Amino acid sequence: MKKIASILIAATAFVGVASSVAYAEAEKDAKSVGFSFEGPFGKFDKAQLQRGYKVYKEVCSNCHSMKYVAFRNLADKGGPGFNEEQVKALAASFKIHELNDKGEGVDRAGLASDTFPSPFATPEAAAAALGAAPPDLSLITKAREGWHGTFNQLVNGIGGPQYVYSLLTGYEKPSAEVAKEAVAGKFYNPYFASGAWISMTPPLTDGQVTFDDGAPNKVDDMAKDVAAFLTWTAEPKMEERKQTGFEVVIYLLILAGLLYALKRKVWADIH
Amino acid sequence: MGDNAHDGVNRRDFLMIATGAVAGVGGALSLWPFISQMSPDAAVIALASTEVDLAPLAEGQAVTIKWRGNPVIIRHRLKAEIEAAKAVKMEELKDPLARNLNAKDGDAATDQNRVVAGKEQFLIMMGVCTHLGCVPDGADGKREFAVVEGATKTGGWFCPCHGSQYDTAGRIRKGPAPQNLEVPPYKYLSDTKIQIG
Amino acid sequence: MSGPSKYQPTTAIGQWFHERLPIVAFAKDHALDFPTPKNLNYWYTFGGILAVMLVVQIITGIVLVMHYTPHTDLAFSSVEHIMRDVNYGWMLRYLHMNGASMFFVAVYIHMFRGMYYGSYKAPREVLWMIGVIIYLVMMATAFMGYVLPWGQMSFWGAKVITNLFSAIPFIGPDVTTWLWGGYSVDNPTLNRFFSLHYLLPFVLAGIVILHIWALHVVGNNNPTGISVKSDKDTVPFHPYYTIKDGFAIVAFLVVYALFVFYGPNYMGDAVNYVPANPLSTPAHIKPEWYYLPFYAILRSIPNKLLGVIAMFSSILILLVLPWLDTSRVRSGKYRPIFKLEFWIFCIVCVALGFIGSKPPEGSYVIWGQILTVYYFAHFIILLPLMGLLEQPKAAPNSISEDVLAHSANKMMAAK
Repeated sequence: MKKIASILIAATAFVGVASSVAYAEAEKDAKSVGFSFEGPFGKFDKAQLQRGYKVYKEVCSNCHSMKYVAFRNLADKGGPGFNEEQVKALAASFKIHELNDKGEGVDRAGLASDTFPSPFATPEAAAAALGAAPPDLSLITKAREGWHGTFNQLVNGIGGPQYVYSLLTGYEKPSAEVAKEAVAGKFYNPYFASGAWISMTPPLTDGQVTFDDGAPNKVDDMAKDVAAFLTWTAEPKMEERKQTGFEVVIYLLILAGLLYALKRKVWADIH
Repeated sequence: MGDNAHDGVNRRDFLMIATGAVAGVGGALSLWPFISQMSPDAAVIALASTEVDLAPLAEGQAVTIKWRGNPVIIRHRLKAEIEAAKAVKMEELKDPLARNLNAKDGDAATDQNRVVAGKEQFLIMMGVCTHLGCVPDGADGKREFAVVEGATKTGGWFCPCHGSQYDTAGRIRKGPAPQNLEVPPYKYLSDTKIQIG
Repeated sequence: MSGPSKYQPTTAIGQWFHERLPIVAFAKDHALDFPTPKNLNYWYTFGGILAVMLVVQIITGIVLVMHYTPHTDLAFSSVEHIMRDVNYGWMLRYLHMNGASMFFVAVYIHMFRGMYYGSYKAPREVLWMIGVIIYLVMMATAFMGYVLPWGQMSFWGAKVITNLFSAIPFIGPDVTTWLWGGYSVDNPTLNRFFSLHYLLPFVLAGIVILHIWALHVVGNNNPTGISVKSDKDTVPFHPYYTIKDGFAIVAFLVVYALFVFYGPNYMGDAVNYVPANPLSTPAHIKPEWYYLPFYAILRSIPNKLLGVIAMFSSILILLVLPWLDTSRVRSGKYRPIFKLEFWIFCIVCVALGFIGSKPPEGSYVIWGQILTVYYFAHFIILLPLMGLLEQPKAAPNSISEDVLAHSANKMMAAK
């Protein structure tokens, strides 16, 4: 038994050491920034989600779609906590492009049951207009890793929200060496997952979005808020998931305890 | 020694029962998500509303649109049809209730309770026969509907599946259907536009 | 199975039914009274855990299919629909996704247990081989299941693995086209994978029944490897092992629940949350963790056909394991050299898995090759040699003797 343990520890150490050598596709791992929803008891900060929504609406939605999110989701439990009236107004502020009975394209105001419309008709149209097609943002925080490593990710999570935050705050002036490899029309961002040159112009500037509650609106703040909002769009059931998890695990531990006691009793005459 | 053995057996029984109970409760509770997942999901429940423009609907014309997966009949009734509907006495009706989701439950099936005041020329109701769900045929002047009780040559409905007959206000008059055709929740957004649902 | 059933129906109806379909007697003999060695440790609970996981996967799978659409244009959205709109959909999806991983955790422990205690040796060769077939069907099922969400890794993993078949001489490309139902992985492929992914778990259930049947004919092995000699060596399956397995299953469920509720995407790959794009290959294509050792073996051989042969051989060699091990001693407990080699083999498998997760660059390449050679050497060279050359420790005379000796030791230690 001792031998087994020591060999397993050796194996673990080997894997652990090796996996801390990151083979990052991005040049840099995402910055370590804290969010209220992290950890087994984490919850979204509703005010932050509402600010993040505003950033999406005023900045990101000009290029990025969010097609798996419906306006009505903004009123769902565990989310930004808008009420029905606000949702109706929010929805109506978007134009939905549809074909009418005669097959002609028309615009109409959004309804709560609609999903966020895409700013471009097709990805090809987006690429033609912008150089590269901006990815849909509904799942972006689940579709990106902030860092790698088997144990790193077990302890710190996969780092999706941190990736988004780092990308938005990560535009840098490249060193002279690196600047030589500059690609026309792209910007240097060492946090970008597909290599350090990104087609997206730095989207945020200080004070760009004013928040109704007067919260700080430097690039750093807006990046945090929109990263939190996009975590909600990717995982709208996160709070329910963690709450249910707590109940299930406690229940299973109790049941396990009872079964173990029963097992000891039943096996008493054999041992 | 004997006491210990008895205690052992009693404790084992209690433990068995307690464990069984906890396991049973957990098992039963864990069934709920599997049952619930078959209920209508959030996307279906999200009130799907449909807007309809009534302006192109001329007198004597009817149109059928889809709402929540079912047909809704919208008829621009002729004066004769409205009068025929109003002339019907409540005692003659098989189903005395209005079946109008915009009105109160117990309202009588008068013609005015089947439409919106001031807009009685527009009859809007579910095209789902209250017998077994077929879509009733509307009188359109191309077929003789004289046999349909309460119908005029141009108004009234006849369900081809089992022969239910509805009058010019969509009320059941003859045949196996038990209830009047249901009027869905709708409202006028403007003089010529309605929103159903 | 030894002897006629000891079941006596207590009611008249019971007797009437028993004469027509003796299913109650059958259940009593095989699930309740079945004589099981009394010294089975917790490594032996993973068979029961596997049965539970199969049921969990089938039930969650069936309800997921009520909401999933197997078409390339709609598959990804239908999974998001499940996650967002279907009542408890997020939970059902995460249960199914992590259930697959937990299924493989359990099957690897189950297999390694068999290898350590010599459960593959006579008379259990057929039992072992049926197990290998179960493992192969599991791998096929999981592979096809992973394609269904139609994310980037679903598509590209499918493309890479189905392309392997084109390595077959002469008929390879035609076989691959036939598999695809087209000229690349596309909608026909997705549809047929969906059909087969639904089918295979039920095939698996049937093979599992054969597996348990084969087990019950020869009886369970046990940690000493000494065969059952008398009633003193066994206890009835119920309540001893129903309760012990029950506890182990719940403990396993705790780990399962921790992943489902607190780390549901930990074992997966983030890039699968990007919808499949046939025109854009992700930076690092890799299969799910349970395939990584075989992926490493595949990539270690620079030749396409030989790499495929090596990969399939590394699994198929398990089928002949009963005949590769020449030792007359069954359990690794009394084989000190074998024991050491067993743990080295475990580390090699884990290391191969690690290599499989890395890009095939730098020192990873040579290490992959060394480990692949060692993997095959374990089966072809070391096992046969060890059986012939090692000096096993003295084994106890019987199971009951061993159990008594252990209890005596415990009491001595307590004093």
